[in-house]
Amino acid sequence: MSVKVLFFASLREALGVGEISVDLAPAGSSVGAVREALAARGGDWAALGPGRAVRAAVNQDMVPASHVLRDGDELAFFPPVTGG
Amino acid sequence: MSVSVQTEDFDLARETAALTQGRSDCGAVASFVGLVRGASDGVSAMTLEHYPGMTERALGQIEAEAHARWKIAAVRIIHRVGRLLPGEQIVFVGVASSHRGEAFAACEFIMDYLKTRAPFWKKEETPSGARWVDARETDETAASRWDSSA
Repeated sequence: MSVKVLFFASLREALGVGEISVDLAPAGSSVGAVREALAARGGDWAALGPGRAVRAAVNQDMVPASHVLRDGDELAFFPPVTGG
Repeated sequence: MSVSVQTEDFDLARETAALTQGRSDCGAVASFVGLVRGASDGVSAMTLEHYPGMTERALGQIEAEAHARWKIAAVRIIHRVGRLLPGEQIVFVGVASSHRGEAFAACEFIMDYLKTRAPFWKKEETPSGARWVDARETDETAASRWDSSA
């Protein structure tokens, strides 16, 4: 299955990309698993690594790392929000 | 439309008046305006990025939550995006209700939740370059105090 992954703000700048498509081998992957897999790419992707403050949303709702993804989901990673 | 995400400025008097236009059941209007703070922090400008779609959705959910918690008549939330200069208005929250208690509480609740749940990010321009603003622990604390009073 495949999900669209969006990045915002400092994370988008660190990665140099705002949107990618990710193919997930096992269906039922969690948001945390996708984050780990991307961080494991090394280089700039370390911005998603453990210890970095990263929040996630699926289909535009904030979710915990344990959230299970479905085919066609829109997943987004971003730093803690600073509006207002 | 009670939630707006826009680049244009907003008119405080007009937005406040619109909350109770055509109705006489409200005895209170509470409002909050957020401004770009500049001089003291050496900030010459600020750019607000957001997540189109999720931003409007998150603000709509916060408004619905306020309606569920308090007996309030009307809510208006406006948040600007793009490049803003010190002193410019960033955010407006207005709440109308029968009595002031509900209006004050709901207005503060909406701002606290907006600060921690709506996907906006600030980037400041300073003499030493541009920098993304870090989230503040105090904002999380402010939002979490509403959890126990639900």
